[in-house]
Amino acid sequence: MSGPLAMLDVGAIINGVLLVMLVVLMCAIARVRNLLTAILLMGVYSLVMAVWLTVMDAADVAFTEAVVGAGVSTVVLLGAILLTRSETAAISWKAMIAPGLAVLVVGGLLVFAAQDLPDFGDPASPANAYVGKLYLEMTGGDIGAANVVTAVLGSYRGFDTLGETTVIFAAGLGVALMLGFGERAMSDRERGRMPVNVSAGEDHVVLRVMAKLLIPLIVLYAFYVQFHGDLGPGGGFQAGVIMAVAVILHALVFGLDATMHAVRPGVARAIAALGVLVYAGVGIANIVHGGTFLNYDYLFPPGVEARLPDAAHHNWGQHFGIMAIEAGVLLTVAATMITVFYGFAGRSAEAVAVVGGDDTHGQNP
Amino acid sequence: MVEALYWIGCGLTLLGALLTVVGAAGVLRFPDVYTRIHAASITDTGGATLLLLGLGLMSGLQFATLKLVIVWAFIMLTSPAAAHALANAAYASGLTPWIGEFRIIKGATPDAKKTGNAS
Repeated sequence: MSGPLAMLDVGAIINGVLLVMLVVLMCAIARVRNLLTAILLMGVYSLVMAVWLTVMDAADVAFTEAVVGAGVSTVVLLGAILLTRSETAAISWKAMIAPGLAVLVVGGLLVFAAQDLPDFGDPASPANAYVGKLYLEMTGGDIGAANVVTAVLGSYRGFDTLGETTVIFAAGLGVALMLGFGERAMSDRERGRMPVNVSAGEDHVVLRVMAKLLIPLIVLYAFYVQFHGDLGPGGGFQAGVIMAVAVILHALVFGLDATMHAVRPGVARAIAALGVLVYAGVGIANIVHGGTFLNYDYLFPPGVEARLPDAAHHNWGQHFGIMAIEAGVLLTVAATMITVFYGFAGRSAEAVAVVGGDDTHGQNP
Repeated sequence: MVEALYWIGCGLTLLGALLTVVGAAGVLRFPDVYTRIHAASITDTGGATLLLLGLGLMSGLQFATLKLVIVWAFIMLTSPAAAHALANAAYASGLTPWIGEFRIIKGATPDAKKTGNAS
């Protein structure tokens, strides 16, 4: 930004304001006893965090924080408090002494240790000096992806990302094991044991029109984020969450029934598994063609790669390898988020039906 | 020309920031949910419009301006709908507006005489 205001150290001011906001929000979250307020404050916290990460030029991380932290986890947590009380129990100050001391000691140690961290953007810091520098220098020749973050995430550190994808899948499975896949709510309602219109808004004309307008655009944006990940911020994780948000929006506006008929819970969990399978399958394909696990240079058999256009200048193996694993990540993340949402929402519908029969407001203040 | 556009952009951004502050003050000071929603929706329609317009002018006319226009269009679609959803949910759960009672939604007459002071 080159303007008359450039002489002010705007960056430092913004940094300071955002950090103070984070501290204030954290204190508010710790103090507030209404869980609904706490969840909304956590969403605000994530948004401020995302803004701060943007100021730090970490666009990919900021993107993830905004979609996951402020977007989908808020929705899932809101679904979760429908299953429980909306106020935390009051705790006497005596019971807080020991945990408070522990927090103070650990926090003090962290602040003490943070003094040894290298400065922001220090070229001599270990993160920038050895591997990081190598990544920045080699990505152009090795992989050819314009976004170094994507190259590191998808190719250099592909094995770690496989682990992350599997962790997300496993987390989804864990939620499903505790809460079910939401299918019970569906079958209950189909048998007529539950009021059909628990969440379907009959009168919400404005919302339904907006949702019909927005859902296709959200899905389109998810694909943009997915395929633009090579060039700019974005990739399978963000795109997957955005895709899941489209489905969740559908469920919120048109009712869980309609969504479960459009995207069946069984299909969702099958897709979640398929994504991990695609990712690992790409890795194994490389072994079959004579390379090592997830080394995309061997993605195509040697004869095929030579016949691809402009093979001398394009690293097609890396290109298609990253694209394929990102597709796997997209499938797993989107389907897992949908499965988790189904788990919570299916239970919430049940809880509302048990507590209130004809009370469509639920027990939520 | 570019300099003038830059300063106009600065002015619009400041104006947008002012509207945002006004909206925040309204959220804190207004008496019930509906008036607070009104204040909040000033923030993300009027405030956001002026801010984005100002940013677009400050960045000069380029591809980023188009992106800002698209962002603006999305905000203008979503935030009024969100404000509507909030007000609708508040009304459906029986909060009587501070300035009097309305009968807008068929069959969803608020019977409880709660004042809408829930935060």
